Amino acid sequence: MARFFAKRTLTAIIQVLIVTTIVFFALKMMPGDPVLLMLSRDGSSVDPAAYEALAKQLGLDKPILRQYRNWLTGLFTGDLGMSYTERRPVMDAIGDRLPRTLELAGASLLIAVVIGIPLGIAAAVKRGSWVDLLLTGISSLGQSVPVYVFGYILVLIFALNMRLLPSSGYVPIHRNPVEHFRRLILPACTIAFGFSASMLRMTRSSMLEALSSEFVRPLYARGLSKARVHMKHMVRNMLIPVVTIIGLQLGALIAGTVLCEAVFNWPGIATLLVKAISNRDYPLIQGCMLILSIIFIVTNMVVDLLYGLLDPRAR
Amino acid sequence: MNLLQQFSGNKKFVFSVMVLLPLIVIALFGPLIIRHDPLEMNTKRVLEPPSTDFLLGTDEYGRCILCRMIIGIRPTLFVAFGGAAVAMMAGSTLGLTAGYIGGKLGNVIMRAIDIVLCFPPILLAMLVVGLWGTGIINLLLVIGILYTPHFCRIAYSTTLKLRKAEFVENQRILGASTLRIVGKTLFPNILSPLIIQFSITVANGILLESGLSFLGLGVPPPHPSWGQMIGKAKNHIVTHKHYMFFPSLCLCLTILATNLMGDALRDVLDPKLKESH
Repeated sequence: MARFFAKRTLTAIIQVLIVTTIVFFALKMMPGDPVLLMLSRDGSSVDPAAYEALAKQLGLDKPILRQYRNWLTGLFTGDLGMSYTERRPVMDAIGDRLPRTLELAGASLLIAVVIGIPLGIAAAVKRGSWVDLLLTGISSLGQSVPVYVFGYILVLIFALNMRLLPSSGYVPIHRNPVEHFRRLILPACTIAFGFSASMLRMTRSSMLEALSSEFVRPLYARGLSKARVHMKHMVRNMLIPVVTIIGLQLGALIAGTVLCEAVFNWPGIATLLVKAISNRDYPLIQGCMLILSIIFIVTNMVVDLLYGLLDPRAR
Repeated sequence: MNLLQQFSGNKKFVFSVMVLLPLIVIALFGPLIIRHDPLEMNTKRVLEPPSTDFLLGTDEYGRCILCRMIIGIRPTLFVAFGGAAVAMMAGSTLGLTAGYIGGKLGNVIMRAIDIVLCFPPILLAMLVVGLWGTGIINLLLVIGILYTPHFCRIAYSTTLKLRKAEFVENQRILGASTLRIVGKTLFPNILSPLIIQFSITVANGILLESGLSFLGLGVPPPHPSWGQMIGKAKNHIVTHKHYMFFPSLCLCLTILATNLMGDALRDVLDPKLKESH
């Protein structure tokens, strides 16, 4: 077990190193001079002395490997450079926005689990009935509707027609908790819809497998009730598909969050990244990419470790 | 029962063909059908509701929504199918090489493939598009790169299984060259899982292209694509619901059809999996 843990952690560390290297050199390969870009965004001529000074201040006059080393050390001390457009350190901009994105992703994951798993169990237990058909039908629809389209459907129904919830925006929790959560509901449900669809399918198929597996019959033979068998003896096996689906759908969750933030004007890290890309703000692109990729790698690692914990065969 | 009968008896397959075939035909012959120039602006006829002149109304620049939708299929399908084709070619070549020849080369290939999987897909796409600019060829290549690992892993694992199979050994004893064994003996036998993956990749490609275009990072304006139209329509969602409705509906139908195509292919080509679904 310890060996499995050590090996998986080491892999994640190597992955992080590779990702940082790729992100750094990809941006270095870019056409265009970042110093020029910072001094004159409209392309007017630049004072050579000012150019020299800024290049020196940013460390861009050094050889590329030296720059790479500085950048790596900057990573560990939390210094990712200055954003051209935000006019402040990249780390500050990300630090402001990352918690909001994590909150949105976490909330939608929670909703997806709460909806997807019970319905998946219900569909499996009532296999072939109209409940099953309806649920699997909706779930295959759920996998075909893009996040943003579903988001606008929700906005139309709950914000514009019924006027129950605000259609977009963000209010900090310390200013007004009620408004904060009211604005969280629609985006979180939007992401959760597609996610709970895959959760439902996964739960259903693994529940079906569990229902027909050999350890179940003796339980009935011992006189246990149906409900007790379902609840007590299969739930542990249910955790495995949940962890699996989180691992498999992590990329989709990130994509969903990126698109959903755009729909609901949720000021998270994804809207920051989109803005940075349209403004060609390279340090900010670099920083956002890096933080999100590291989160992706670390979550994948945690999922694998949990998987090893729940299912010894996966070690 | 032969393959054709199996496919035509599969409801999912029939449905998805009924959606996808007309779509491909419209994409190919689009410029011949449309009545208005999809790029021509007309400031006097902005945001009109559907009429006999403009069947689905006009957008915020007075351009015909129907014409833009017809032309907007092209980049989406081109990028999705093209990207999936690139990924399938690159991935299966790499996977077959790694699986059949193995050794150090195989290891290097598989580790290199793992690197792509370190990145969340949409972010890698955004990085590439952000650095090298938006555009159809870039989008196609992004999808190609993103999904090469999936094909490679499938080709690799199935080749490993078949490498020592008798019919492959026979070829080797008969003196067939490595290229011939890989191309003529192994490849046809690992084709079914690759075809299934192809249809999954097309669906993912459509989702990715339309998502990026929705964010304004995909097909560059003024050229239309469905995702981009939805992104523009969001500013008029209160007053002009039809503007968002039609591109959204078509996009959902297309993705549904591609997903069902994947399911159908799996049902027919890989019957072992059928019971669990």
